[in-house]
Amino acid sequence: MSYLDLIALLDSTFRLGTPLLLACLAGLFSERAGIFDIGLEGKMLAAAMASATVAYFTGSAWVGLGAGIVASVLFALIHGVASITFRGNQLISGVALNFLASGLTVLAAQAIFHQGGRTEALRGAARFNAIELPFTAQIAPVPVIGPLYSTVLSGDSILSYIALLLVPLTWWVLYRTRFGLRLRAVGENPESVDTAGISVIRLRYCAVIITGVLCGLAGAYLATALQAGFGKEMTSGRGYIALAALIFAKWKPWNALGATMLFGFFQALSLRGDIVERVLHFQIPGPFLDALPYILTVIALAGFIGKSVAPKAGGQPYVKER
Amino acid sequence: MTVLKQFLGATATLAISAGAALADPALIYDLGGKFDKSFNEAAYNGAARWVEETGGSYKELEMQSEAQREQALRRLAESGANPIVMTGFAFGDVLNSVAADYPDTTFAIIDMVVDQPNVRSVVFQEEQGSYLVGMMAAEASKTGTVGFIGGMDIPLIRKFACGYAQGVKAANPDAKIIQNMTGTTPAAWNDPVKGAELTKAQISQGADVIYAAAGGTGIGILQAAADEGILSIGVDSNQNYLHPGKVLTSMTKRVDNAVFDIFTSGEDTETGLVVLGLADKGVGYAMDENNAELVSAEMLAPVDEAAAKIASGEIQVHDYMSDNSCPIE
Repeated sequence: MSYLDLIALLDSTFRLGTPLLLACLAGLFSERAGIFDIGLEGKMLAAAMASATVAYFTGSAWVGLGAGIVASVLFALIHGVASITFRGNQLISGVALNFLASGLTVLAAQAIFHQGGRTEALRGAARFNAIELPFTAQIAPVPVIGPLYSTVLSGDSILSYIALLLVPLTWWVLYRTRFGLRLRAVGENPESVDTAGISVIRLRYCAVIITGVLCGLAGAYLATALQAGFGKEMTSGRGYIALAALIFAKWKPWNALGATMLFGFFQALSLRGDIVERVLHFQIPGPFLDALPYILTVIALAGFIGKSVAPKAGGQPYVKER
Repeated sequence: MTVLKQFLGATATLAISAGAALADPALIYDLGGKFDKSFNEAAYNGAARWVEETGGSYKELEMQSEAQREQALRRLAESGANPIVMTGFAFGDVLNSVAADYPDTTFAIIDMVVDQPNVRSVVFQEEQGSYLVGMMAAEASKTGTVGFIGGMDIPLIRKFACGYAQGVKAANPDAKIIQNMTGTTPAAWNDPVKGAELTKAQISQGADVIYAAAGGTGIGILQAAADEGILSIGVDSNQNYLHPGKVLTSMTKRVDNAVFDIFTSGEDTETGLVVLGLADKGVGYAMDENNAELVSAEMLAPVDEAAAKIASGEIQVHDYMSDNSCPIE
């Protein structure tokens, strides 16, 4: 494999990994607070549809992003009401929301645009266009680092960079702030948090809302940065891959970056059968490479790559007095 | 249970009332959806033209999942619709088993052959149309590398790819062709993000004209090609207008004509196999004001010459589905 092949692969990895990363961080906040969220997929879908629609009518990708976040947070709040306030089963609520999003987005898009559940194509400022990072021209000729910076990092949309910055931010919030400490505690041992006089309910709602915001970013990234509009089921299971990545990452932010980019790398690899063949001198079927992230997750779950332990109170609604 | 009873009662009433009226034709769209800007939309356009010209009405249904196919077919047949047209190869097996139960109803299936006495099977010689757009791709390419991106990996899509490859080689024997399929499940028809990523992957391998035969995924392919400043080729319907000046041409499959003809002849539709190729204007390439500047008269001359030769049988374009192999890799 030549260096240029690797650069092309990494470039693709970064684009494919970004929505996974955003969704994975979204899931991380929710699950760290003890709310399992299988509905990442649905929230992304709702955000993709809302952001594409509003961006089309306002001509501004930023307003679209705002609408995407609002839609996603609404879905997150429904999940919150069902699983926190009414102590319903979190998995069932998540699955239900996925179905709801899958149907509702197509219905709404069809009612508004009459294009078979697709939104009108976005142009110009209605999309997050690629931006050049500073000093790209100066760094590009530098061997090794040059192409890495100018091709892989530079030339993506602003949302990709926001996603990258969210990794240290998430780490800082989780491990260096009082809010983060409480958030983690509420996912491990909500009783102790409650005993300390802090509202478990409010903390969990905060976590669920953050999840909504991040899924909103992920959905808007798909519809207004990678693509120029919403299409039926356009998330294509990325929310579930993000969940797998979250388990693989052991619910830690930096690991999440590694896991999602690794999964993105496999997806990129499955698109470039020619490179795989050149390196290995035999063909690997694309579907096998597509399946690799899931195989890795199963291996991780089986405990081969260290132990992956979920937050202890995950999935259990908190009851104040028994 | 009560709800179910009410529901059944309602459908029964509906069936009786519909049966009394004059039989309307019906059209069932496949999973890609009615307005896929491609295959199903072409079928819709044919039906719309029929409504415009005759003032008639027709029933239509959109598939939402694989499981609905048989139920949808039976419901329409029982409601008295005749003829019933369905788009897409995926109806093949279901129709084969359902058709015999409704001997008085005429069915028509597009893109698949179903051997039943009351079924009209319409298939297109996509390899011929793909051959022509392949020639245009090779002529328009500056790098000598062209791409093909299919939707779901099925023989029908390989047929497109094979015809295209033959056309490319006919116009430029040294050209390189990069082929990719989006996936192996029906989801591959609706993944524009992956389509766009495949497009970028092909561009990094040197492709500067890409032919998309991928349903809804094709929207992402055409978008990515326009974003990256290379040319793309649309499929089924005329997709030139999606990105004016960026779509070289579209391989048109006149599904609209096929639907129009069936609707027009109504219950008297002849059954049996109908093969539409270049000679019947069933396939072709699209020219309009959106791509006029991209295609010069010198480019078109050899293409039209080849079209005439294919129509007369002088050039034989290999059909992938005849032996499940392609002479050009």
